[in-house]
Amino acid sequence: MIRWLQGLGAWTLARMARLGRASLFLLRVLAGLPGLLARFRLLVHQLYSVGVLSLVIIVVSGIFVGMVLGLQGHNTLVDFGAEDSLGTLVALSLTRELGPVVTALLFAGRAGSALTAEIGLMKATEQLSSMEMMAVDPHRRVVAPRLAAGVIAMPLLSAIFTLLGILSAYVVGTELLGVDAGAYWSQMQANVSFYDDIASGIIKSLVFGVVASWIAVFEGFDCMPTSEGVSRATTHTVVNTSLAVLGLDFILTALMFD
Amino acid sequence: MGTDTAPAEEPLIEIRDLHFARGERAIFSGVDITVYRGEVTAIMGPSGTGKTTLLRLIGGQLRPDAGEIRVAGERVDRLSRRALYRLRRRMGMLFQAGALFTDLTCYENVAFPLREHTRLSEALIHQLVLLKLEAVGLRGARHLYPAELSGGMARRVALARAIALDPELVMYDEPFSGQDPISMGVLVKLIRELNDALGLSSVVVSHDVAETAAIADRIHVIADGEVIASGSPEALRDTDSPWVRQFMDARPDGPVPFHYPAPSLAAETLGGEAP
Amino acid sequence: MDKTRAIEIAVGLFVVAGLAALTVLAMRVSNITAFQTTEGYTVIGHFRNVGGLREGAPVKMGGVQVGRVSGISLDTDTYEARVELTIDSRFDDLPMDTSASVLTSGLLGEQYVGLEAGGMPTALQPGDELMLTQSAIVLEKIIGQFLYNKASGSDSGSDGGTEGK
Repeated sequence: MIRWLQGLGAWTLARMARLGRASLFLLRVLAGLPGLLARFRLLVHQLYSVGVLSLVIIVVSGIFVGMVLGLQGHNTLVDFGAEDSLGTLVALSLTRELGPVVTALLFAGRAGSALTAEIGLMKATEQLSSMEMMAVDPHRRVVAPRLAAGVIAMPLLSAIFTLLGILSAYVVGTELLGVDAGAYWSQMQANVSFYDDIASGIIKSLVFGVVASWIAVFEGFDCMPTSEGVSRATTHTVVNTSLAVLGLDFILTALMFD
Repeated sequence: MGTDTAPAEEPLIEIRDLHFARGERAIFSGVDITVYRGEVTAIMGPSGTGKTTLLRLIGGQLRPDAGEIRVAGERVDRLSRRALYRLRRRMGMLFQAGALFTDLTCYENVAFPLREHTRLSEALIHQLVLLKLEAVGLRGARHLYPAELSGGMARRVALARAIALDPELVMYDEPFSGQDPISMGVLVKLIRELNDALGLSSVVVSHDVAETAAIADRIHVIADGEVIASGSPEALRDTDSPWVRQFMDARPDGPVPFHYPAPSLAAETLGGEAP
Repeated sequence: MDKTRAIEIAVGLFVVAGLAALTVLAMRVSNITAFQTTEGYTVIGHFRNVGGLREGAPVKMGGVQVGRVSGISLDTDTYEARVELTIDSRFDDLPMDTSASVLTSGLLGEQYVGLEAGGMPTALQPGDELMLTQSAIVLEKIIGQFLYNKASGSDSGSDGGTEGK
């Protein structure tokens, strides 16, 4: 029993210490963000690997999620004779929930794990150490551009995902299932509010962008500098980001749509 | 070689009564080492004695538990991060595997410290990078990525990068380990020549006795967290300390036992029943 | 350097695509246009019941949108719903006696405010109150009334027994 308690205590202390380390780490990285404006090119290159390279999976998933929503939504609504509301249903589910959340989960799998592995390998091969010895702070040079790129890319990816979902649901709904095209858009426009739905979706994806990128770069920076450590850190990134995104989504939803 | 260089004995690094422990394990317990300007100083000892740790302590990446480390008169262990980074611009370090940035070409690797710390024009950077690469004989390899280089070449590019900012001090972490005889010879020659031609001071951490002895002006042998012998290579070769003899002559058994401490073999294999 | 150029162009395209998607979401999917054309004047209507009317719902006249519902509150003196209608300033000469009713597009569609022009020569002024309003039709009430009439009709065979009214 005492053993068990001790184990629990040790586990809790280790978590707290790690959270503290992660916070200090974030502060040091944030201090490096202003300098990034002068080194715009670094940011652009990270936007490429974090944003552009995630585009394919986001586009494909967005289209399929939209098509499924169109089909399922139609099946449900047609029982109530309310298939004209398909646009509303699809747009609300995508802008409020599915867009930000699914994008963040895909981001964790595609870009987050890559960030962790990249930084972890740089640590394992002493590249970070050698950078420090060259009097270059890796927090600024390596981590800050990657964090900023993640935060910028997430809302853009989420918007692309959401829009493609709405468009593909439109195609499925009107071409395949015979929903009236005018009703699809007008019902949607009447019931989707910019502030309540679109803007809060953007805020969500910004928060997810910060959290997902933070977890990814910290796991990489804090990993054991061995091949096993890097692989474990990569797994941690995907698992922790997914859990954090889903948990935060509940909290944000409760706060924004009370 | 090179023992005839006898400059004014001006210390560059002074380590006094250094204590450092990793967790429970004491790595250094009272180490005193002085590195003089213009010399090649070797730190030798068996693997696992914390030679690399010593370099990290000098570079300020680790802080000692007690004692002091001065580099060019400044207390490395007391410096603020800013001051430490300023001091590090005057040091170069060659990591064991080179630690080149894998996403940059050799050229960009060598240009990296120049771009980070200077506002030189692209043309000037080009000239400097080519000069540094020429110094290590790899000007022709400038478009290659680190993955396309052999281990020895990667170390030479890393050396070019380490001297890009014309440091006063270059530290080498196991420069000879895992090298074929030819690239080992190249590195031995490079370390000595760069030291003399550029007016550097060098600290070489190694356990390769013959190569190190060939270029070092002064050797410190570390074991069990202490410096057990210091002096010129000749002096160490003639020492009568059995420990140093074992190390310098590479004898398998001696004061450092071949066996890791363990209960007697009979006791373990016969289940502790043996008389 | 060519690779760098390609990367930068790709990033440029990505950012443009993302911002374009955001713009389309704002302009086409949601009703942000409502907030841009609120330049107009506000008139007030009191309704006994607004049903499911929401802020931002369209105000239509002859099926053409002329404004938006910009506020719904409860008038604590009369216990009626006080609805602010913001009318586009292009339509600044609606007659004084214009009437308003809460209507539903289709059986289950969105609710909106329909205006019906009267015949007076003077125009509505900002802040004026609409004189004639008709509340939303609440389905339960109609059905309830219908069933009640039906029941009382079959009970007595005539229109006699209406004591509970």
